[in-house]
Amino acid sequence: MAAPSDLNIDRIAELSRLALTAEEKVRFSAQLGSVLGHIEQLSKVDVTGIEPTAHAFPLHNIWAADIARPGLAVADALRNAPAQRENMIVVPKVME
Amino acid sequence: MTAPLHFQSIAELSEHLAARRISSVELTQAVIARTKAVESRVHAFNSFDEPDALAQAAASDSRRAGGQSCGALDGIPIGLKDVIAVSGQPLTASSKMLANFVSPYNATVTESLQGAGAVLHGRLNCDEFAMGSSTENSAFGPAHNPWDLTRTPGGSSGGSAAALAAGAAIATLGSDTGGSIRQPAALCGLVGLKPTYGLISRFGLIAYASSLDQIGPFARTVEDAAIVLGAIAGHDPRDSTSFKTEIPDYRAELKRRRGPWKLGIPEEYFGAGLDPEVGAAVEKAIAFYKAQGCEIREVSLPHTHYCLDAYYVIATAEASSNLARYDGIRYGHRSREAKDVLDVYQKSRAEGFGDEVKRRIILGTYVLSSGYYDAYYLRAQKVRTLIRQDFLNAYREVDALITPTSPLPAFKLGEKSADPLAMYLCDIYTIGVNLAGLPALSLPCGFTAGGLPIGLQLIGQPFREADLLATAHAYEQAHDWHTKFASL
Repeated sequence: MAAPSDLNIDRIAELSRLALTAEEKVRFSAQLGSVLGHIEQLSKVDVTGIEPTAHAFPLHNIWAADIARPGLAVADALRNAPAQRENMIVVPKVME
Repeated sequence: MTAPLHFQSIAELSEHLAARRISSVELTQAVIARTKAVESRVHAFNSFDEPDALAQAAASDSRRAGGQSCGALDGIPIGLKDVIAVSGQPLTASSKMLANFVSPYNATVTESLQGAGAVLHGRLNCDEFAMGSSTENSAFGPAHNPWDLTRTPGGSSGGSAAALAAGAAIATLGSDTGGSIRQPAALCGLVGLKPTYGLISRFGLIAYASSLDQIGPFARTVEDAAIVLGAIAGHDPRDSTSFKTEIPDYRAELKRRRGPWKLGIPEEYFGAGLDPEVGAAVEKAIAFYKAQGCEIREVSLPHTHYCLDAYYVIATAEASSNLARYDGIRYGHRSREAKDVLDVYQKSRAEGFGDEVKRRIILGTYVLSSGYYDAYYLRAQKVRTLIRQDFLNAYREVDALITPTSPLPAFKLGEKSADPLAMYLCDIYTIGVNLAGLPALSLPCGFTAGGLPIGLQLIGQPFREADLLATAHAYEQAHDWHTKFASL
């Protein structure tokens, strides 16, 4: 199993879409280092032949009838948007 | 001596309402008056809407006057943890990210309580996005324990526990991902129930770790917990993990199911780290059951030692995925400093999330990242299988398990907030239940010499809440811990 020192905080912050300050990077690395040190214990468990559990009571193929139902009204859907105009959410330019 | 209205149980108050000794408006006014009297010290609420609550109470009184009462919850003020959607009300998850968010729809549990006539009173404080064990991760400041205001009420549903223990609600709902109902119930001297995964719809609950999250009640008595559970349990097509199972009349079953039960004592839950006063109170409770004719057996849950590690891999992995939706685009906080789209994501999240949420997103992203997935996430899921198997093996011998809920009584605010690992260890006895998807409850079983409540955890079998509640009820009937209230 990987050593805790493998936690590349810059890479993980980028994947997480979190702009961390230099101070946060140092602090979170240290704190998560000790948590990961604890988690390393999982490597001691013999899991040969054991199936993973994603849900305690797995339900499969939950189907719903393909029928249109009323959803949120436009005003309700946009109520919490940070910026909106003409029934659309305004975002910064994606492409030049 | 009769307790003031705000400290009475649902069972008592529903009788007063039915007999017209009080109206729901009078009861709601009493609870709101109490809320205002204690809130500056307890900080259990993120917000409450007095005119809205009184309008609901007036509607309840009208129903009753017209002979259309909906039952035991009709007219009873119930508070909701601020991660459960109520249409038109704020929904913040105690995060700056959602500081201005207003729910556009109701959670299914909200509709269930409204259908039962409950008066929804307040949005209750919690750790940010339900991540924590002390409510200190709330962006709006911690809640305080009514039994000792310098101490935590626990978390993450600390506001739900503190409000009820302070008399600012008659019952509350919380959510429990790793112990977030049971631990605060223990620390505040209340009954707190985490139902079987799939019994209660999660539709309209802000997601933290979807395979572990479950909504459940806080109540003053086991009977009250049974009443609230009966109102919110049941299949919901809007939650694809909701289970189709028969819902018994939990309240009526309390009287029908009388034991004696075979009760298991898992040795791994009584080791180092357990506060001696907590251990002694739990031992006394075990002795009570034995004296009632229950068979007490020692059992082993050999993978208990790995619960915390499996939990912090699985829960953070799911959280990193669930919280990806808070990107500053469609709703939630958007940074004013952002120049392009990537900037919107990164700065909005940096500004909107607090430290613990960031830590868990980072940890979850790491354990899911390329090259580490098998070593951490997949392995944790396999260990989860073994943990669940431990419980199912124990249930071949016993009906339920008895353990302490929390290794410690309420700790001082600030005592553990700088050390995430020390905080995580608070959940050591509650986490396995979530990984295995089992029902479990905490109920009061004594006080420390310093006057802090102690909680007993009973862990039951899947979808057998009726038996679990009856087992707890038998203890409660013979003790008076639930009749003691915090003096504020």
